[in-house]
Amino acid sequence: MTDSPTARRVRVSSPRAGTGRPRPPSVSSEIDAQTELGEVYVRSLVRSQLLLAVQVTLALGLSVGMLPVLFAVVPASRTARVAGLPLPWLLLGVVVYPCLVALGWVYVRRAERNERAFTELVDRR
Amino acid sequence: MNPLAGVVAFVAVSAVTVGIGAFGLRISRTTGDFYVASRSVRPLANASAIGGEYLSAASFLGVAGLVLTRGADSLWYPVGWTAGYLVLLVFVAAPLRRSGAYTLPDFAQLRVESTRARAVSSVLVVMIGVLYLVPQLQGAGLTLRTLTGAPPWVGEVTVALVVLLIVASGGMRSITLVQAFQYWLKLVALLLPVCFLLVSWRRHAVPAAGRLEVADWVEPLSGPHALYLTYSLILATFLGTMGLPHVVVRFYTNRDGRAARRTTVAVLALLSCFYLLPPLYGVLGRVYAFDLVASGRSDSVVLELPSRILGGTGGDLLTALLGAGAFAAFLSTSSGLVVSIGGVVSQDLLSRRLDGVLAFRVASSLGALVTLGLTLASSGLAVAHAVELAFAVAASTFCPLLLLGIWWRGLTAAGAVAGLVAGGTLSTTAVLMTMFGAAPPGWPGAVLAQPALVTVPVGFAVMAGVSLLTRRPVQVSRTMVRLHTPEHLPLDRGSYHPEARREGTGPPEVADRV
Repeated sequence: MTDSPTARRVRVSSPRAGTGRPRPPSVSSEIDAQTELGEVYVRSLVRSQLLLAVQVTLALGLSVGMLPVLFAVVPASRTARVAGLPLPWLLLGVVVYPCLVALGWVYVRRAERNERAFTELVDRR
Repeated sequence: MNPLAGVVAFVAVSAVTVGIGAFGLRISRTTGDFYVASRSVRPLANASAIGGEYLSAASFLGVAGLVLTRGADSLWYPVGWTAGYLVLLVFVAAPLRRSGAYTLPDFAQLRVESTRARAVSSVLVVMIGVLYLVPQLQGAGLTLRTLTGAPPWVGEVTVALVVLLIVASGGMRSITLVQAFQYWLKLVALLLPVCFLLVSWRRHAVPAAGRLEVADWVEPLSGPHALYLTYSLILATFLGTMGLPHVVVRFYTNRDGRAARRTTVAVLALLSCFYLLPPLYGVLGRVYAFDLVASGRSDSVVLELPSRILGGTGGDLLTALLGAGAFAAFLSTSSGLVVSIGGVVSQDLLSRRLDGVLAFRVASSLGALVTLGLTLASSGLAVAHAVELAFAVAASTFCPLLLLGIWWRGLTAAGAVAGLVAGGTLSTTAVLMTMFGAAPPGWPGAVLAQPALVTVPVGFAVMAGVSLLTRRPVQVSRTMVRLHTPEHLPLDRGSYHPEARREGTGPPEVADRV
């Protein structure tokens, strides 16, 4: 895997490669020096992770979070029965939980993907 | 009910807990071990430990009692306590681990670079911790009384002493093992009896089953201000989980930010399995133990059911198992809370006078004894509410601090302090007025009973508003790198380390003396 800490990429190049034009500074040194470019890299990582977190929270708010509104606005949903069980009990007592775990799982996969993209960016130069 | 069953259950759980704790003593070596188990805890063990620590008396006994009395609306409690971990996962888990903070005050100091913000956070940690700890001890008193007929103070004092013994001897490492064990004990202790009870319910027709059809019990949104109360509870639990001191201290025990995320998903799964069970006890209680509502003892419904439905030796055995699970719940949550209170008090108040491990032991003993005193003194008050109020205080204070601190560069020391004080003052005022019965009727009463929908926005607004008017911390860019970049990248993350905070002493290595 590319994100293993030990498998750092080794640059193989001709001994003359570095003698011509000066090499641009690496991304990690840009970040360490807090240059404008380094800040852009970090901000883009933070923004992508925040966007993802907000998306998951919206998904939570619009599904589980809207249940009280549903019960308030559609009185029939309070008394409906599914397979002999009251719908609110089925939703709040059972169905909610796998949804929460699934949201968490999707989040972890996508957050790790964002981090891999950032790692590749930093390791590239 | 045979009192012997209860005594055996309590002694067995205490003995196993102290036994695992004593085993942990041999592997606790440094101050780091004491606070955070030196980060050497594996993900599933750590997830079990987090689950074990989090599932308190309120989850094991309280949810069933609430379902028994209030019905559908109370299903939001376990949903909120689980969803709180999802919100914690997406906004806080990895950055908090990467911050390297042991505790919330550590995080405050790292992010806003201010010892005043640290001090305010420490006070809040102790307040929330005590607010959460008192009902645990009261639950222990109630359980021992239900099982054996002993007066409540016996259970309260015993649990406090056992917790002291575990915490002061082993610290976090042994706590981790104890709590991982206790999650599984609690799950089995609820799962096994409910299978027997459900089978018995199906076999014998019960005339009282009509009580399950009462409209304002089976339907959600019953009672006045139901929509406000429900949403306020949702906000408090969804956002309050991340601000509970004993939850946060756990994240440092993960290897890195990535492991912290994966552990949290595992916690979500473990909590989801557990919370399927307590409502079943509430429903069964509605059929078999409805008189508990009238006598005000609905919290003991979980413990009462086996003897009422099955009776005989089988009933006694299942009661003993449930009693063991209940004591596991008190012990694990209480020890987690005492560890976090002890960690904060020893770092902030005692560390100049005593060395690390000794300071921690003194501080946790003080924390446990003071709380015990408060519990014994407050036996007449309505503190069953205290756990959910602790969530409201956490959601109004540490939730804004964590969310704004992690995701917004603009948070300043002045903003953090102002927000913590504003959210903390408002929510604790509501808590105190509700606990002492001074809340007025009608809308103001509803707001005081579930203050989060008002106090959380105020906390956020004050924190952000004052931050906009004041200067940002010097190192905020470096801190952002630290919070958000994967650990394996060789980047400059600043020099902050929670153990090197005290000038001149360096990291307090106390190896070979424990």
